[in-house]
Amino acid sequence: MPFLARLRRDWQLLVMTLPALGLVLVFHYVPTLGNVIAFQDYTPYDGISSSPWVGLYNFQWLLSDPEFWQAIRNTVTITTFQLIFYFPIPIALAILLDSVLSRKLRLFIQGIVYMPHFFSWVLVVSLFQQILGGAGLLAQTLRQHGHEPWDIMTNPDAFIVLVTAESVWKDAGWGTIIFLAALSAINQNLYEAAAVDGASRWRRMWHITLPGLRPVILLLLILRLGDALNVGFEQFFLQRDAVGSHAAEVLDTFVYWRTLMTGAWSYGAAAGLFKGVVGLILIVIANKVAHRFGEQGIYKRS
Amino acid sequence: MNNRPTWQERPTLFGLTLKGFTLTVIVLVMIYPIYVVILTSLSTASAVTAAGGLVTLPTDLSLDAYRELFGGGVVTRAVLVSTGVTLVGTTVSLGLTILAAYGLSRTNSLFHRPLLFLFLLTFLFTPGMIPTYLMVRELGLIDSYWSLILPSAISAFNLVVMRAFFMNIPGEVIDSARIDGAGDFRILGRIVLPMSKGVTAVIGLFYAVGYWNAFFNAVLYINDNSKWPLQLILRQYVQQGMDLVPNTRTYDSAAGALPPNLAIKMAIIVVALIPVLIIYPFVQKHFTKGVIIGAVKG
Repeated sequence: MPFLARLRRDWQLLVMTLPALGLVLVFHYVPTLGNVIAFQDYTPYDGISSSPWVGLYNFQWLLSDPEFWQAIRNTVTITTFQLIFYFPIPIALAILLDSVLSRKLRLFIQGIVYMPHFFSWVLVVSLFQQILGGAGLLAQTLRQHGHEPWDIMTNPDAFIVLVTAESVWKDAGWGTIIFLAALSAINQNLYEAAAVDGASRWRRMWHITLPGLRPVILLLLILRLGDALNVGFEQFFLQRDAVGSHAAEVLDTFVYWRTLMTGAWSYGAAAGLFKGVVGLILIVIANKVAHRFGEQGIYKRS
Repeated sequence: MNNRPTWQERPTLFGLTLKGFTLTVIVLVMIYPIYVVILTSLSTASAVTAAGGLVTLPTDLSLDAYRELFGGGVVTRAVLVSTGVTLVGTTVSLGLTILAAYGLSRTNSLFHRPLLFLFLLTFLFTPGMIPTYLMVRELGLIDSYWSLILPSAISAFNLVVMRAFFMNIPGEVIDSARIDGAGDFRILGRIVLPMSKGVTAVIGLFYAVGYWNAFFNAVLYINDNSKWPLQLILRQYVQQGMDLVPNTRTYDSAAGALPPNLAIKMAIIVVALIPVLIIYPFVQKHFTKGVIIGAVKG
């Protein structure tokens, strides 16, 4: 079909796509190119066109900055910790929910555990503070019973447990959705056949349920790998004052505090670019692994 | 309530008790903090003092805290800002996402592949905070409410969900409308949208919740604190004002008398919570595997 005929047929579709495309170009692609300031000594006064080029200076500075390495360490530690103590929870919860026979009851519980996913981080942190903080409900109850309360919210050593608990409270319920869907796709006849053959509940879970979930678990693990440097931002930004930067500084908050607070634009852009490129590499690796396992990954589709 | 398949063994009393107990604990952990906060916000100052802080059992109820909040002060203003940004933002985002999702839903249309690719590529790389900030400043959007809307207006994820849904609508329906001479805008408005109420509601909720909860973009782009949205007030007065100061003498002050405005602080939390609690039940029924999972798998 000639170009003009297709244009005549499809011009309305193109017009529909343009506004969204414009926004993506302006707020995604142009700023992506704006990362060139990582190779400059950028000042807003000179702008990108006349700020001096400094090569890899900002990256050298970055790699010799102990605070940057601390932020990397914190990020990786938190990701690893949450992989062990967060990741299995939605799976277990989904299996538990799936075993609730009454449909009404199940939908009710689902409704409740999904809900905190829609609360803001400020709200979640505030709620935790009201319950676990130094003036919170737990401390208040302990004090009334003559115990010395402890303040979980300001203890740097417990911080990693605290943020994981917050994440579990907020998002573990929502995380069950994909597992519940996978569970409902398992052929029920398998369970019946196994039961008739005398397999117990636990054996059925081990030999039917878990293998049935395997592809989804693998896929989410791989996606998590590609996302390893994103531990969330607001959660750490909000609680950094309470426990100090040593425990709470992650890569994103590092960029904020070192740049927007000091005006070291190029340095911050270098840190952000470093994170973006490492993240990109991780995603590519994750997808390679996914394809190796015969999974779809996030690209190679449509 | 006997949904148990015949081949499944009867649950043991122990197993049943354990399951019931676990589920009850989970539900309580989710609900109890919210209950305490709502109750405290509805209590009089004397009830708060008597409880020594948060109120766990209803005694003396009043709407004083809310009267104070909505008496035209800084919170009233922040609620208006957040409401406005949420309404305008959701309209813009949802509208543009529907248009683009439909625009990209016909696989053989002109420039379909490169355009789709431009949207999908945004999954792989984020531009980073600093260049985005500089872009917003370059456009003169600092201290403008548009800075809270435009940079995050299009979520490629939501767009892909919507598009996947549109693509599932049988092609014959759309083709026959085209043959009858209907333009694409007409097809979208008259045929496709009425068939897509569920997905539209869910995506609308995602956007609306995103705008209502947005916090960090306001930290970055709004310096003028008379333009602060509610989440920043929450941070300032509730989270920071209380016991998150590092070198705090929390215990002394808490043992003596808690700030008398605890009820007000809790009321601010409730105000931030309420819209989600109200809208959520209406949309929840659409969280079936169809809408979300089709999305996650792309």
